[in-house]
Amino acid sequence: MLDWLWWGSWPLIGAGLLFFIAGTLGLLRFPDIFSRLHAVTKADTLGLGLLALGLALQAQELHTALRLLLVWLLVMASGATACQLLARHQRQLDGDLPDER
Amino acid sequence: MSQTALYLIAGLALWLIGLHGLIVQHYALRRIIALNIMGSGCFMVMVALASRVQPPDPVLQALVVTGLVVAASASAFALRLASSGKPEQDE
Amino acid sequence: MSADWLFDAALVGLLLMLALAALHAPRLYTSVVLFIVFGLLLALAWARLGAVDLALAEAAIGAGLLGAMLLAALARSRQPALRKQAPASLVGSALLGLLLLALLVPAVLPLQQGAQPLPPAVNAALDSSGVSHPVTAVLLNFRAWDTLLELAVLLLALLGVRQLRPAALATAPGWPLLEAWARILAPLAVLLGGYLLWRGSHAPGGAFQAGALLAAGALVLRLAGLLPPLRWHYWPLRLLVLGGLLLFLGVAATGAWFGDGWLVYPPAQAGLLILLIELAATLSIAASLILLVSADRQELDS
Repeated sequence: MLDWLWWGSWPLIGAGLLFFIAGTLGLLRFPDIFSRLHAVTKADTLGLGLLALGLALQAQELHTALRLLLVWLLVMASGATACQLLARHQRQLDGDLPDER
Repeated sequence: MSQTALYLIAGLALWLIGLHGLIVQHYALRRIIALNIMGSGCFMVMVALASRVQPPDPVLQALVVTGLVVAASASAFALRLASSGKPEQDE
Repeated sequence: MSADWLFDAALVGLLLMLALAALHAPRLYTSVVLFIVFGLLLALAWARLGAVDLALAEAAIGAGLLGAMLLAALARSRQPALRKQAPASLVGSALLGLLLLALLVPAVLPLQQGAQPLPPAVNAALDSSGVSHPVTAVLLNFRAWDTLLELAVLLLALLGVRQLRPAALATAPGWPLLEAWARILAPLAVLLGGYLLWRGSHAPGGAFQAGALLAAGALVLRLAGLLPPLRWHYWPLRLLVLGGLLLFLGVAATGAWFGDGWLVYPPAQAGLLILLIELAATLSIAASLILLVSADRQELDS
């Protein structure tokens, strides 16, 4: 059982790394800030989730696995908020946003 | 090359990069960043020396924690000084 | 070439490149962001070298709060057009750096084989120190004098900033998403700060990391416009800022007059004393850091 968990974690970690590479490629190659934000936030969050799941399968104790999942939830929430705020700031700079908020 | 040697040389290189930045840059903000990079270089040398034994030397690590907080306090004061002058005197 | 060595070499290469890029980026904003990334990767390097307390402190103070201070300073100052550096001075400085590197490396490398008498001495005295984590024992018992002076330095920086009477920073009017996020994050910061403080006695953690985390939570509240003004002439705030240093001095003086000496803790009460000092120091550090980062003259005048 434990062997199977360990072997099953490596494809998850590999997939997570692939998503990180895809997100970074998007960050470097996309033309404007909105598409770059989209690429980085979505791909990196999914990549981190797969990485955290894979590492949680490798963890020795339950509370380590729970901590990894908590880390993923916090990074996902803060990443989504930061993405929204950056995009909103850019729209304000562009003048697209009406003045009331 | 062992891990300790690698980080010793890296600490030296960081210190020298900070010194180079301090010599070359004109803007106060960049100079404060350069000073912080020099500080990080010193810390890296100390922590590399702490990692010579296993478990790592707690005295050197405690000294670096203290140094980090002191460097942050000094940088905070320096940044307030740098941004408090009139705009023309920004450099 | 093991995988560990390759990872360390890649990390070191990234750190050096980030340091150079932060110093030579065309815009000041890019410099600051690259410096924040440098701080986070440096925290990873500390973790690789086994200095976990330092990694926590670097991520919280070195990358987090210092980055916030740099961004605030950038917002306050006018953005001049960046002057191009003369290539001659860049090349000259780079050559000087390489020469110094060649001179210093042979001087530093023999240190790898130095004798280290301190770790066994710390381990031998650890049982009577009151905590079971060596770094906390060194910080708050064996080298408590350093920590006391460190709190004094933080206070001095705050007093210096008060003298400057800094102008207020204009923040954007409240955004609903930021307010909601600050309302979730601030209690979480308090919870995590308390956990780090408690954990410092037996695992990496401690007063400085906890204090920085609390200050970061307060800073997020301030950026969302939810923190009430922190007025220096309100005496509980002054008590909070001075409390850590005063308690530490009180314990030290009590030890000098009634006990064995300045900053010598009786082994039976050492654990409790360290916990009390750390609690007061955490609150003091949090209050000092939030005032250092974001207070203006209306709040700092008495």
